[in-house]
Amino acid sequence: MKKVVLAFLLFTGTVLTSHAQKFFTKTGRIDFNATAPSSPEKIEAVNRTVTCVMDAASGNIQFAVFIKGFTFERALMQEHFNENYLESDKFPKAEFKGLIANNSSVNYTKDGTYPVTVKGKLTIHGETKDAEASGKLQVQGGKITATAGFAVLLSDYKVAIPGVVADKVNKNAKIDVACTLEPLKG
Amino acid sequence: MKFYTLSFLLVVTLIGNIAQAQDDLLSLVGEDKPKKERIKYAFKSPRVINAHSMEFLNPGTMDFRILHRFGQLDQGYKNFFGLDQASMRMSFDFGLLHNLMTGIGRSTFKKEVDAFIKYAPIRQSKGPWSSPVTVALVSGITMDGLPWADPTRQNYFTSRLGFYNQVIIGRKFSEGFTLQVTPTMVHKNLVQLATDANDIYAIGVGGRLKMSKRIAFTWDYTHVLAGLPETGYFNPLSFGLDIETGGHVFQLHISNATGMNERAFITETTGQWGKGQVRFGFNLSRTFQLKKPKLD
Repeated sequence: MKKVVLAFLLFTGTVLTSHAQKFFTKTGRIDFNATAPSSPEKIEAVNRTVTCVMDAASGNIQFAVFIKGFTFERALMQEHFNENYLESDKFPKAEFKGLIANNSSVNYTKDGTYPVTVKGKLTIHGETKDAEASGKLQVQGGKITATAGFAVLLSDYKVAIPGVVADKVNKNAKIDVACTLEPLKG
Repeated sequence: MKFYTLSFLLVVTLIGNIAQAQDDLLSLVGEDKPKKERIKYAFKSPRVINAHSMEFLNPGTMDFRILHRFGQLDQGYKNFFGLDQASMRMSFDFGLLHNLMTGIGRSTFKKEVDAFIKYAPIRQSKGPWSSPVTVALVSGITMDGLPWADPTRQNYFTSRLGFYNQVIIGRKFSEGFTLQVTPTMVHKNLVQLATDANDIYAIGVGGRLKMSKRIAFTWDYTHVLAGLPETGYFNPLSFGLDIETGGHVFQLHISNATGMNERAFITETTGQWGKGQVRFGFNLSRTFQLKKPKLD
């Protein structure tokens, strides 16, 4: 009897684990854009070293990115981004930890594109705030491409914009995330 | 009883697993190993005030610099505290690699052209195999453009030339504080008197103290060790403020030096701080991105 129950428990455990399929990447991409409408120059950067992990069973999704990994067209802008605005020596990482609100409507075993909404906590510049974004999950051949766009009010994250550049830097930055996730083994 | 304990343990383990997974998925993929990382932005500019700093231009950028040195403050209102007279230098510096840059400039004083190359074999970094200091080498040449002082004698082109070599050893101690020392040798092909030395040895000390994100206090002193006549020449000492706006760095300062290249400010400073023979000056730096990295 004991053995039967034990086997059953183990079986349930295995099923639960296999169902809890996780996906990840370390080469996701984030596009950052804070160009004001009146700005003569583009204030945008790209980071191609985004780490993202997603748990298909629970709908948990998290990503992290090193601030120093953002590349700007103008090196001086990149210098100011790191040194004056995001203070990357003090706050090296930005993170998002959230949940896919409509995870049940996504069929991870069937190829297709599913619109999703993610809600969670976004940490930038050492400040954590509630954040929400709409995006989509594209399931194809066992891989998932996740894309989402966040609108971030810089003052929420204590990123101060001095008067001299107020006409160039948009107070609302756009953060577009695009990750191609592969199954996480182990 | 045993059975209950076992199943309880199993359930706890399972729940524990799930709870942990929900809490921190990122830890599942592991942290990357620490990498060697260069310490950047020790100074706002590749120059402290007059002297070369341990910092380099970003690769692919050009720094257009306009330098002004005014007359002595002690001239009073009649000459508007020296602002009526100005000596200037204009220069173009280029960042080639993260540790290699070059530049060319021309000063109104002696119509002198100067050029240099600066290379750092070691840069301050953190992580494995890191160095606590930056070691940079600067080698420069100056060319006097004035008409010959004595056209009747035989003059050689090489008489116009001067050279300088220096080693910059610097460290950014913290976000706000940077200090560097620069042993320097200046060689002048032609000197005024037969008794004057051609080689001048000096040691410089420069630093920065950040007052806010965009304003820093800087100082720059060069102590001449040997090679200058006993009287009439003084060690250049400057105090400045670096003010950074979007694309410009303004370096405002007061100094007893007028010269704007190493030969001039190290070997030809005649002002004396003790007698109030100081002057106002500024460096204006504007950086242009010549080579843009591809973002897509």
